[in-house]
Amino acid sequence: MLQGSVIVLCSFAYLGALFAIAYYGDKRADAGRSIIANPYIYALSMAVYCTTWTYYGSVGRAASSGIGFLPIYLGPTLVAALWWFVLLKIVRISKANRITSIADFIASRYGKSHLLGGLVTVIAVIGVIPYIALQLKAVSNSFIILLNYPAIVMPQRADTAPIWQDSTLYVAAILAAFTILFGTRHLDATERHEGMVAAIAFESLTKLVAFTAVGLFVTYGIYAGFGDIFDRAREVPSLRQLMGMDGSGPNYGNWASLTFLSMLAIMLLPRQFQIAVVENVNENHVRKAIWLFPLYLLLINIFVLPIAVGGLLRFPGGSVDADTFVLTLPMAHEQEALALFVFIGGLSAGTGMVIVETIALSTMVCNDLVMPLLLRQRWLGLQRWSDLSGLLLGIRRGAIAAILLLGYIYFRVAGEAYALVGIGLISFAAVAQFGPAFFGGMFWKGGTRAGALAGLCAGFLVWGYTLLLPSFAKSGWLPAGFMEHGLLGIDLLKPHQLFGLTGMDEITHCLFWSMLANIGCYIGVSLSRRPSALETGQATLFVDVFRPTSGAAGPSFWRGTARIDDLLPLLGRFLGPQRVRSAMEHYGRQRGVASVRELVADADLVHYAETLLAGAVGSASARVMVASVVKEEPLGLDEVMNILDEASQVRAYSRKLEQKSRELEEASRELRAANERLRELDRMKDDFMSSVTHELRTPLTSIRAFSEILLDNGDMSLAERRHFLSIITKETERLTRLVNEVLDMAKLESGKAEWRDTQVDMRQVIDESIASTGQLFRDKSVRLETRLPGSAPPILADRDRLIQVMLNLLSNAVKFVEPHRGVVIVRMSYGGGQLRVDVEDNGPGIAADDQQRIFEKFRQSGESLTNKPQGTGLGLPISRQIVEHYGGHLWVESHPGAGAAFSFTLPLEDAYTASPDAAAATNA
Amino acid sequence: MTKKVLIVDDEPNIVISLEFLMKKEGFEVSVVGDGEAALEKIAQFSPDLVLLDVMMPRRSGYEVCQQIRANPAWAGIRVVMLTAKGREAEMAKGIAMGADAYMTKPFSTKALVAQVRQLLGP
Repeated sequence: MLQGSVIVLCSFAYLGALFAIAYYGDKRADAGRSIIANPYIYALSMAVYCTTWTYYGSVGRAASSGIGFLPIYLGPTLVAALWWFVLLKIVRISKANRITSIADFIASRYGKSHLLGGLVTVIAVIGVIPYIALQLKAVSNSFIILLNYPAIVMPQRADTAPIWQDSTLYVAAILAAFTILFGTRHLDATERHEGMVAAIAFESLTKLVAFTAVGLFVTYGIYAGFGDIFDRAREVPSLRQLMGMDGSGPNYGNWASLTFLSMLAIMLLPRQFQIAVVENVNENHVRKAIWLFPLYLLLINIFVLPIAVGGLLRFPGGSVDADTFVLTLPMAHEQEALALFVFIGGLSAGTGMVIVETIALSTMVCNDLVMPLLLRQRWLGLQRWSDLSGLLLGIRRGAIAAILLLGYIYFRVAGEAYALVGIGLISFAAVAQFGPAFFGGMFWKGGTRAGALAGLCAGFLVWGYTLLLPSFAKSGWLPAGFMEHGLLGIDLLKPHQLFGLTGMDEITHCLFWSMLANIGCYIGVSLSRRPSALETGQATLFVDVFRPTSGAAGPSFWRGTARIDDLLPLLGRFLGPQRVRSAMEHYGRQRGVASVRELVADADLVHYAETLLAGAVGSASARVMVASVVKEEPLGLDEVMNILDEASQVRAYSRKLEQKSRELEEASRELRAANERLRELDRMKDDFMSSVTHELRTPLTSIRAFSEILLDNGDMSLAERRHFLSIITKETERLTRLVNEVLDMAKLESGKAEWRDTQVDMRQVIDESIASTGQLFRDKSVRLETRLPGSAPPILADRDRLIQVMLNLLSNAVKFVEPHRGVVIVRMSYGGGQLRVDVEDNGPGIAADDQQRIFEKFRQSGESLTNKPQGTGLGLPISRQIVEHYGGHLWVESHPGAGAAFSFTLPLEDAYTASPDAAAATNA
Repeated sequence: MTKKVLIVDDEPNIVISLEFLMKKEGFEVSVVGDGEAALEKIAQFSPDLVLLDVMMPRRSGYEVCQQIRANPAWAGIRVVMLTAKGREAEMAKGIAMGADAYMTKPFSTKALVAQVRQLLGP
């Protein structure tokens, strides 16, 4: 048995903990060490989206429509993908203009219009109050159910109990007190409620953990996992149909409209705007929330279906409301502590929503509804009050109490008409009406105040007629006749089948007509008239918020005369003199002015004062207040256009300058690179000349020395004389070869070489080369093996050049192998469009470092060995030039100590690209 | 007493010609083909003069010359550098390394013999 006092005590303990967190958060914020300045807290606080409607209602919806509960979470998940651009832009605009609420956002965009702000506020209040009623109902119902533990008794209708015994009233009163306590500590709505955000994040965590706990208990405690639950569901015909297991798909039209609706709601609900935009600490947090928030939604939805199925299996026949399964399932299994925890989770879902929503609404009511009206009443003499900040706080606190009272009244009167989910969707559809004016205003400069007003009014009226009035009718307040026969008996005006449109559920139907009317009026009216000067200016500030501008605040659309002595007291009356002084000192420091006295009341300062004031009373009121103390010369539309043109010209000019300087930088970079390359070439030429000189001088040295020796020593023996003469001959040959190769290389490199291309049979080329190097092999007793196919497709090339390559590779191979033990293998193959020749030896191999260098001029392998190889050091570079001239490759594969294999490929003509049978290769 | 000459060069034919010239002058001759071997040979053969090629594998003539000059025991050894690189800068480098003379290849045999004789003079 759970005592009522235990439940109440736990509830208060929980609320106390919340308050402690909020208090701590505020203290830390005052000390400048924010605890909410991280993306996880931000994403968690966004989960205020999940109210009791999610917590209890998702299971209820799943119990009646299977996976039909999903679109409400699918929409936000989809829209989160666009946040990096859309939400970021909203946050940027709101910070720049000190936007306090969604009403303020729309009013500010369309020329700081009081009328528009007021209209948005009214729609929001009317649309959201049923939603608040829903939270109250859920909290009090769960309390009553838990009170009867372990018996499972559905609560009676609320209106049967006397009002002072109605727990809902007390819930509402406690929440009002709680919200006032830490929602209106500060005056400036743009000064964030850090404590509140921390508490909301904690609530999000609590409800997630509680819901997951029930999910785990049902899935693994009562049943044996997901598979078990769904297997059992399959055995019950009604459940099989519900879960779509019988092959009937979901209603896609309904899915699409619900997804669309929730996409709009996640951005436009006043509490979401409050948390995601007004309370945002750092734009970068948005980027993390893009995946963190959908992750939260995923987690809280995992166990919806198992709980719904579990509930339907446990309580067949509808004796227990499916909306209460989350709570009644643990109770039915006598899990006292879990049931209490579930209740606390539901409490946190409800209080979280109510707190943020009423704070957001009270700001809107105060700034966009009450203050503008009060300021207009000259007999009140508000203009002369010395300190209005107390009045503002009073209005907000009153608004919080009034909104909760309205929610309670709605609950008493109409709360039983619909299931939980129905009420939530009506609210969503109402705030969806902000969509066209809101998003249109962010991306389309052509939207006007008149267009926004027309669109909002039209959409709101259609919503009221097709959703709100029918819901009243269902509650019995209105004769149901107009539902069945249409207004005034006209069939075309039936609220659920407007103009004969049938085949849609009521939400899709309402969304279709209201969006059609809303968007149509918004665009049509906007296009029919040019925007005013003020509208054009604000449109630019909103739409172009990401454009870099030269000044700090962008183009200034204000002209007139103002006195600092008038502005400061005005600000002081709303914000308190202390805060105004520090704000002005900050402004002065940014502009390098020593003291507040020296500030000049120019357009910038007036703009600054107005945004400062807007943070407290909203942009529309701020404009009226500032206008009352400065002398403004109204700007004509032409002048605003001029300012815009000028700004865009300056932008274009600076873009052009940037472009030019980039081009210049690029050009000078290219020049530097070319210069570098030139120097490199020069150095290479020097190196080449130096190498050539060295290579020429070496044989010359021998030739000269022996010539002189022979000349000076007539008495030498014949044998010695012969020896020396043969040296001279050999060195002369070497010199000749060198000169030829240097010239050859120069011709190849400069592209002046002659190529006499004919059809060449590579097999013949190889045979001929082997024949001409035969003596070298015999001299050194080196064995030569060939693995050649009988014939090869002809190649179009210079036969002599190919022989030159082969001779070079063969003589290199024989040069490096050991006498008697050396083996050189020549292979040829073709296929895949190319012909390949390999010359492999079993010599000492080539070190990895040298494998590239040997293809450079005058670099020979073995340079680090004592035995300097004979040769010019030009053979391989020349061979590579030749092979590459024909589009082939020449490379070496070698491991030191394991021989080397030089290979080259040459492309075949297209007609001969077919590969031969591998067996065609024969050993020659 | 017979003077000793060490020939250090990696070109076999040049070595043959130098060996012939030095022997004809009556010197005792020894031959090595790279810088590394040159240093070993100097220690064991203790020549009075070294004919030293610059461009050699393993250790260049410059390095060998530097080593010789770094060793006080070898202070008396004369060094004639031979190089196929004829630039001014390289000649200056050879002298800076402590060579006594510097000859460019191809050299005149008479000039070379005269240079050696002068350095090894009585």
